[in-house]
Amino acid sequence: MRSRAGLAGILVVFIGVSAHLAAQAPAQPVLRWGGDPEGGAPFVQADSRNPNRLVGFDVDIAALIAAELGRRPEFVQITFQSLDQSALRGDFDIGLSGIENTPARRQMVPTSIPYYEFKEVLTVRAADRDRFKTLADLGGRKVATLAGTIAADILGRTAGITATPYDDDVHPYSDLAIGRVDAVLLDHLLADRAVRREKGLYTHPAAVATSQYVVIVSPKNPGMLDRVNDILRRAMRDGRLEAILRKQPGVWNDDQPRLFQAMTAATIPQGETEARASWFETTRAFLPKLLFAAWTTLWLSCVAMLGAVVVGIGIAVGRVYGSRSTRLVLTAYVEVMRGTPILLQLFVIYYGLASIITLDAYVAALLGLGLNYAAYESEIYRSALESVSKNQLDAARVLGLTEGQVLRLVRTPQALRIALAPMTNDFVALLKDSSLVSVIAVPELAKQTQIFATNMGSWIVPGLICATLYLAMSLPVAYVARRLEARWKAPTTA
Amino acid sequence: MSNVLQVRGLRLRRGTRDILSGVDFEASKGELLVLMGLSGAGKSTVLRAIAGLETLDGGEIHINGVELTSGRRSQSPAALRRKIGMVFQSHSLFEHLTALENVCLAQRHVLRLPRAEAVARARELLDQLGVGERADALPRELSGGESQRVAVARSLAMDPSLLLLDEPTASLDPARRNELGRSLRALAATGRALVLTSHDDDFVREHATRLVILAQGRVVEAGEPRKVLDSPLHPATRALLQRPAP
Repeated sequence: MRSRAGLAGILVVFIGVSAHLAAQAPAQPVLRWGGDPEGGAPFVQADSRNPNRLVGFDVDIAALIAAELGRRPEFVQITFQSLDQSALRGDFDIGLSGIENTPARRQMVPTSIPYYEFKEVLTVRAADRDRFKTLADLGGRKVATLAGTIAADILGRTAGITATPYDDDVHPYSDLAIGRVDAVLLDHLLADRAVRREKGLYTHPAAVATSQYVVIVSPKNPGMLDRVNDILRRAMRDGRLEAILRKQPGVWNDDQPRLFQAMTAATIPQGETEARASWFETTRAFLPKLLFAAWTTLWLSCVAMLGAVVVGIGIAVGRVYGSRSTRLVLTAYVEVMRGTPILLQLFVIYYGLASIITLDAYVAALLGLGLNYAAYESEIYRSALESVSKNQLDAARVLGLTEGQVLRLVRTPQALRIALAPMTNDFVALLKDSSLVSVIAVPELAKQTQIFATNMGSWIVPGLICATLYLAMSLPVAYVARRLEARWKAPTTA
Repeated sequence: MSNVLQVRGLRLRRGTRDILSGVDFEASKGELLVLMGLSGAGKSTVLRAIAGLETLDGGEIHINGVELTSGRRSQSPAALRRKIGMVFQSHSLFEHLTALENVCLAQRHVLRLPRAEAVARARELLDQLGVGERADALPRELSGGESQRVAVARSLAMDPSLLLLDEPTASLDPARRNELGRSLRALAATGRALVLTSHDDDFVREHATRLVILAQGRVVEAGEPRKVLDSPLHPATRALLQRPAP
């Protein structure tokens, strides 16, 4: 019976697969288009009723281009920050995802004519709308934005403002609402959406700057750029692009006909063709940022490690000496912290707890890294404590030392010597894991390097500098640990 | 009276196995008492029990008026341990401390002596035991004989009235054994009782004042060492003497 049922199942699956293949069979060539659904509406968003389906004007424009080319659109999911690099790699044919028209980008990847004009706008808490009207009002305050955007550049250039770049465009606004930052500078489409979503926010209508969205094209596809530009112009003329933009509420406005007019005029001003900054100049401009980010990485790692050591010793002592229930609770803690991703823990501490307690990003980063590593440290100390010979402990007891003194004067000093090598290892690992805190908007070294690389359009120089800085931090630690170890040597267990 | 140590009906069980099933003996001031027995007879366990490191299942131990009874582990460990010192077979020096620091540790943290006083006393003891020049060595740098003497100094620093030594002769050559025997007798003469375990009957003949033979967790023979060893009454004692010389 069973085997027959199994056979039937296989048959059904086989038929299903064949049917599926058959449906696709007419080998219509595909147009791979890249985008980031995390960007959300009105650009690219998973349909809430059918998450396999994407909606948004970028989706429709990609479909339009594909149709004009006689191809079937096929979506390739790419992280927003990596779109340019992916285009260069040829991961997709064209990329759309609210991609901004920046000089740096135009120098790096083939870029289409603009198809939408947007404003960079300032959003503040409604209560502050009279206090914070322009960037000039925000001296000494934290202003959030999306990393690697024109807005981030503007904030970076504005003296006196603490630019706080996020990895996504949702949390800048939620952190604004709860007071972690005092303003957000981003595209008006994003601001409109955020104001609808979050209560108590207000967006100043005046544009801090304007820019446009463009399609990026893989350079591995010669001729594609001209065809894309051609299709966009035709769609501007015959109203198909307008129809697409009008489908999404609040997207179409008076700026667009002007843009369309300019783009469809006989000769096309293809943006400024300023000379590209040399790699040396870019590096010189970014180096202070990288050094500062390295400093952030270093002190964050040191303080987190210190916390991990203290908490870890506490857990280890509790697990060696504690009652049954204490041991159970501590073991559960260790297993949960080791068994779940540190990324998840950071999200929970920073965003998950935000409704209960609003932690500063640095505090949340220290807590996340420290508490996670405490679990690993405690395991090292526990086994180190247990490796000190029982006879030595008995000898100390017979001498009249209390249990506390035995732990403090005999057991712990020897355990720490044993734990030194694995601790060093963990510290170096922590130094690198600290790059994860960029997800909660702490600008550390790896993130700054990514921004640098995006700007430069190459990973070679940024990668080398970043690696050098990490090594400059980790090698001395390893050296000091080796020296200490040589001085102590591992005690021979009696 | 002059009894430093009285052991009465000592019983100890591990799981379902009887380790000690009624051990009685006593030791008075100036005595050097040796416990002998085949491996597994329970010699070391007796020492550990006296030091308050084992839970008793029956019987009692009196040390200068402090009483340890069954059922509770080290009923008054602080009071008890003020009176005893123990030298483990492995010596069990604190590996992270020098010889001098090993001798100072308990003086500083239990007796609360000022550092200078503890160091002076430690140096004096190490000198007396002939390891004064090794004061700054770490345990792993010491020979077996040296670390034993450091361990003795560490115990003596607490001025115990009862000194327990587990197999002190095990790792020594014959000449060293006699040297040790003479120092131990001198120690006993300062008004302490010494209880040690040993396998070495020549040593026992030469230096012990009393011999207690243990077999299967009980005392099977006891008395003046030469008498016991020259005319053994119990098969266990005879078995002990027939074993090949080490």
